[in-house]
Amino acid sequence: MNDREMIKIENLHKSYGSLHVLKDINMSVYESEVVCLVGASGSGKSTLLRCLNFLEKRQGGRISIRGEEISPETHNINSVRQTVGMVFQHFNLFPHKTVLENVIEAPTMVKKIPKDQAIAEAKELLQKVGLLDKANVYPSKLSGGQKQRVAIARSLAMKPDIMLFDEPTSALDPQLVGEVLATMKELADEGMTMVVVTHEMGFAREVADWIVFMDDGRIIERNRPNDFFDHPKEQRTQEFLQATMLK
Amino acid sequence: MPSFSHFLHTFISSKDLFIDAALLTLKLTVVSILIGILFGLFFALLKISRIKVLEYISNAYVFLVRGTPLIVQIFILYFGFSGIFLIPDFWAAALALAFHNGAYIAEIFRGTIQSIDKGQMEAARSLGMTRILAMRRIILPQAFKRALPPLGNQFIIGLKDSSLAAFISMNELFNVSTTLGSNNFDEMTYLLIVAVYYLVLVAVLTMLVSLFEKRLAVSDR
Ligand SMILES: Nc1ncnc2c1ncn2[C@@H]1O[C@H](COP(=O)(O)OP(=O)(O)OP(=O)(O)O)[C@@H](O)[C@H]1O
Ligand SMILES: [Mg+2]
Repeated sequence: MNDREMIKIENLHKSYGSLHVLKDINMSVYESEVVCLVGASGSGKSTLLRCLNFLEKRQGGRISIRGEEISPETHNINSVRQTVGMVFQHFNLFPHKTVLENVIEAPTMVKKIPKDQAIAEAKELLQKVGLLDKANVYPSKLSGGQKQRVAIARSLAMKPDIMLFDEPTSALDPQLVGEVLATMKELADEGMTMVVVTHEMGFAREVADWIVFMDDGRIIERNRPNDFFDHPKEQRTQEFLQATMLK
Repeated sequence: MPSFSHFLHTFISSKDLFIDAALLTLKLTVVSILIGILFGLFFALLKISRIKVLEYISNAYVFLVRGTPLIVQIFILYFGFSGIFLIPDFWAAALALAFHNGAYIAEIFRGTIQSIDKGQMEAARSLGMTRILAMRRIILPQAFKRALPPLGNQFIIGLKDSSLAAFISMNELFNVSTTLGSNNFDEMTYLLIVAVYYLVLVAVLTMLVSLFEKRLAVSDR
């Protein structure tokens, strides 16, 4: 493991009106690490991820990306976002664009990469996620698993240093979960820094370097996967794991 | 009621005048809807700009247009403008109709823009696109497509509304029918004839709109 700090969160607070959703979050993610965020529904996992991509305004605390503190006033959020990719539960592919057009959209429009170069790179990425043959198809023709793999390719096209995943397999039929997890595992093996919100405990145990358990807006436990699942430190973690296993 | 053979005979003998008038009606409608789309898009974007002053301006425009009869708007713009600068009658009528249609089209666009899933903007923003770029490349193309059926509907309403331009002496369909009717002391026959012209135009437009929709729906199939 490398010890370059890619993400550093200090004393992060986030509220929606009077609802205090994130309470004093502190967390670091180092280069090439995979961190899995787990916790009950409503515990604030998505909100934390969205704060990391600056889709939500925070009420307090600091977020640094690669050692650089990012505050909305002083930074061009759009350029930071180019280094932090995000994959959503519901894919959010652009339905009026083909698979290839989805992938080249941001490189050509944001980074102003020449179109033929963007196409060549996009085809490589589609090859990598196993969907080159779908390049000229519209998203509505794809299965959920295929859509999510396109969404991953679309994010990777911006050559991010960090990838955030918010329940990337939760909207999929069970038989399609595997192909998406396999793509993510491959990405992890290549050394991508990843933060993954997931309910897939098997994936978390196998791929994660750290498991972070959240409850009611706080980080309760951060542990190595085997310790987390076999010898959880906290009472609430044990209760969560029991409840999850029963499902 | 005129007999059918009388109707048919009059229909045929008046066709040249009516076809010219129908072309003018179409021209008036197309021009006013196209300008109305620009107005509509402009005011819809003001409305969703999240800038209070601009929102108020947009609201005021929609309120004014919805709250007054079209014929009043046409007269105000026609007599109001022709007092200030020389503007050809056609453009006075077209602009008045565009101003009117624009408010309804603004509401159509606002609705369809807001109907696009929030995830689309978030995905675009997460890829580093600015709000404006995301609007132009991701949201508006989808919103336009969804706006097509209601826009087609507005087009048909606009076509029929353009008959009010008769009152500022545009020689469009309705004016021609009333003029011919009173000249020949045969109002009913000419009114029935003009109704047929409107029906045919609306039927053709309805077909064109649904053809266009089908072509745009390619990505949904
Ligand atoms: N836009 C919003 N406005 C108001 N409250 C919100 C908003 N988004 C989330 N919340 C609230 O914030 C809390 C945390 O939500 P969040 O989506 O982060 O939970 P989560 O851990 O991702 O849950 P899940 O597993 O169901 O996705 C919840 O109580 C939720 O109702
Ligand atoms: Mg969530």
